[in-house]
Amino acid sequence: MSSVPSGWRGCLLVILAGFVLLFGLPQVVSLYGVVQMTVFVAMAVFALSQGFIWGFGGIMSFGQSAFFGLGGYVYAVSVINMGDSTIPVLLAIAVPAAFAALLGYFMFFGRISDAYVGVITLTVTIILFNVVNSTSGDFYTIGQAALGGFNGMPNVPPLNVPGYPDAAFGPIDTWYFAMGALILVYILLRGILASRFGRVVVAIRENETRVQLLGYDARVYKLLVFTIGGGVAGLGGCIFTNWGAFISPTIFGLASAAQVLIFVLVGGLGTLVGPVLGAFGIEYLISIIGTQQTLNANLVLGAVLVAFVLLVPQGLVPVVWSGIGRLLPRRFAGTGEQTAEAQS
Amino acid sequence: MALTGLLLFNTLTGIATLVLICLGLGIIYGMMKIINLAHGEFVMLGAYVTVFAANAGVNLWVAMLILAPVAVGLIGLVVERCFIRFLYGRIIDTMLASWGLSLAIIGIVTSLFGNTVRGISAPLGSFPIGHYRTSLYGVFIIAVAVLAVVGLYALLRMTRFGLVVRATMGNPRMAAALGVAPPRIYMATFALGAGFAGLAGGVLAPVSGVSPVMGAAFIARAFITVLGGGPAIITGTSIASALFGSIDEFATFLTTPVFGQVALLLAAIIMIRFLPQGITGRVFRRSL
Amino acid sequence: MKLPVPDATPLLEAKGATMRFGGVVAVNEVDFTLREMELRCLIGPNGAGKSTFFKMLTGQLKPSAGQIRLRGENVTGAEPHHIARRGVGIKTQVPNVFNGLSVYENVFVAAGRRKSRASAKRITEQTLERVRLTGITGRMVGQLAHGQRQWVEIATVLAQEPDLILLDEPAAGMTHDEVLRTAELIREINRAQALIVVEHDMQFIRMIATTVTVFNQGRILVEDHVDRVMANQAVRDVYLGKQAA
Ligand SMILES: Nc1ncnc2c1ncn2[C@@H]1O[C@H](COP(=O)(O)OP(=O)(O)OP(=O)(O)O)[C@@H](O)[C@H]1O
Ligand SMILES: [Mg+2]
Repeated sequence: MSSVPSGWRGCLLVILAGFVLLFGLPQVVSLYGVVQMTVFVAMAVFALSQGFIWGFGGIMSFGQSAFFGLGGYVYAVSVINMGDSTIPVLLAIAVPAAFAALLGYFMFFGRISDAYVGVITLTVTIILFNVVNSTSGDFYTIGQAALGGFNGMPNVPPLNVPGYPDAAFGPIDTWYFAMGALILVYILLRGILASRFGRVVVAIRENETRVQLLGYDARVYKLLVFTIGGGVAGLGGCIFTNWGAFISPTIFGLASAAQVLIFVLVGGLGTLVGPVLGAFGIEYLISIIGTQQTLNANLVLGAVLVAFVLLVPQGLVPVVWSGIGRLLPRRFAGTGEQTAEAQS
Repeated sequence: MALTGLLLFNTLTGIATLVLICLGLGIIYGMMKIINLAHGEFVMLGAYVTVFAANAGVNLWVAMLILAPVAVGLIGLVVERCFIRFLYGRIIDTMLASWGLSLAIIGIVTSLFGNTVRGISAPLGSFPIGHYRTSLYGVFIIAVAVLAVVGLYALLRMTRFGLVVRATMGNPRMAAALGVAPPRIYMATFALGAGFAGLAGGVLAPVSGVSPVMGAAFIARAFITVLGGGPAIITGTSIASALFGSIDEFATFLTTPVFGQVALLLAAIIMIRFLPQGITGRVFRRSL
Repeated sequence: MKLPVPDATPLLEAKGATMRFGGVVAVNEVDFTLREMELRCLIGPNGAGKSTFFKMLTGQLKPSAGQIRLRGENVTGAEPHHIARRGVGIKTQVPNVFNGLSVYENVFVAAGRRKSRASAKRITEQTLERVRLTGITGRMVGQLAHGQRQWVEIATVLAQEPDLILLDEPAAGMTHDEVLRTAELIREINRAQALIVVEHDMQFIRMIATTVTVFNQGRILVEDHVDRVMANQAVRDVYLGKQAA
């Protein structure tokens, strides 16, 4: 499916680039730029969760925003109640993961088709949107946290040094946390994919029947993949909430759900770098659209989605990579990497 | 007693509304195995057509019952010709493309008419149930839903068009051998489904806030119902609408409309575990 | 994996196995028994129900009626992975391979279940050697010719190390040399494992078979030694008449 470097060399290169960005960015751009990049990174983590379950697990979640939003809300509610942010961060990963596990159980053990999985997940996120949207008023408070309905929750406390609630993170610290998390998630997912578990996951994407006939219970594997994806999306939501100290139901909305699919589709299905670059690129595009009046963001996103499905379904990273492969000497191109990976 | 009557009437109206917003989606899904994620936007367009036509002086009934379905049916035709037909057989890609269309339509409507909520007032006044008063327009919605179901049934059962459509969906190659061009049938079916979505938008325009993002309010319920109904469009949609409409209405009555939707979702998720093919995947398999 | 089982218990036993699709009865009350280490050929005209029977044996289809036992254990309606873990491997009629993975990875996934990485690697390499795929281990399976894909699928089934191997038309789309090699391989496999082979190619059947079961319209028509089956008039009528002239 992919002809992108997924061997250890490509992987190291990506991690290296990540670290350069991690330490380099605060040196070269303004504080405003760092803050801007932080939200891009939150979206990139979100994109990795979608890219992982869709591009490698073959799971068609159209509502990954449910877990992203849940992560954000769980962080907000628990940090307001607890003060210290350590456990809230963990909860922001664990609760969406658990929710994904529950939902996944019904979907994968019910053996519904890919299209149904898409529709059910989409429905879940829309209904979460509707539910949270209507939670204004005093009735809907969890401990000291008021959910705030469509107005959302303002003034969410920032991260702090674990154990020291008074040592709150500033914007630069948040950047290090966000980018560090992105690199960590990338390494984690790469590790999973390189393991034998990961091989079976990709095999299920290729041919679920064959995997079953070889004696693997594909449902359990898909459930685990979906759960991991839920946790990663939750972490993304946690970073997103920290970025603006704010969260509102739009995070569950259709636009949010579509956006992450667009990141993955534009960047490249079946790669991990692709979704990250897709997130950066599309977020940048949206930020430009936001500054002018003529073009509507929904219109542009919709057009991008239609255009990529019809014209470039494999996404930009694989297309660019095979383009480079054709220009470079044979040794670097195409299948060499598969062999290397197979033997590693 | 009066309260029971009111609750019953509200449930019937709820079911009828659900039937209306599901039929268009159900036709396209049942006949073509395409899940049209732009369905909510087709409904929205139907509502806009109705509001603008009514404001321009067109008779309200003509606007909602004729103009809205025809206009949206034509839009469906264009959408099918320009996008959907390139993606037949690729279910996920069709879903993604129709989602892109959905966003684009929202964007276009927002650019043209602004992100404001419009409305037209519901005609027909009200009538009493005991000492409660309720809208007579609900009766009209129920009537339209019943007529739409009966009309669709007659169309598929009794006309030549219906026969050809059923033949094509059952076995495209066979139909092609009989001299029917499957692409034309797909085109017509998609337009028909879009037309029903437009009708739903028209009829519901007076009772919902008409805005570019109104489709999202319908789409979750419509998906659950159509998938829950299973492959037989009319029987499936009707039974599932009755089931989910009642659950929604009762949970709403006991709590709030939001928990009505949550109850709906829970019911649907539990159902897919045990009836993954939907209701008509298990029973009434031979129905339409 | 192999347990000491009394000889009386057959490896595989189907009793009254029936599969209905709406009005079509694809497999109709089939009684079928296979001993440990037996090699059986299954023939029959198109649509006789051979592939459907295989799908029932491997859990891809849940029988409408009847029972299927593996070494005495009732596996009727069990999940495919459950049956596979009981030692059944299948090469399906329509190739079921991982197109997006390399030849090596295809076999490695099959070899790797519940085994250490080292022994999975060893099994993979041995199997690739055995079916002579060592030259193309890095190629993507989706890019291979049909015959080669068949070999890859056979390799995955072997790497799984099952006790019973089902082969649905293994020689289809192969060159004459490849067919000979397949026959040779089947005889070699049969030294340690039981097989059921579905084939239309009668010369191929003669090369490998002793006992042949003939399916027709979902039922077993005859079950006998290959020579007598070939000579049987009823079999000729339904099947051979078309091919063996
Ligand atoms: N999923 C299904 N739904 C409906 N009918 C089916 C299905 N699978 C098989 N059949 C029917 O069952 C009958 C037996 O098919 P099967 O594939 O088992 O035959 P076969 O003996 O393998 O034939 P061939 O030699 O062509 O492979 C056929 O009439 C076929 O049309
Ligand atoms: Mg067959």
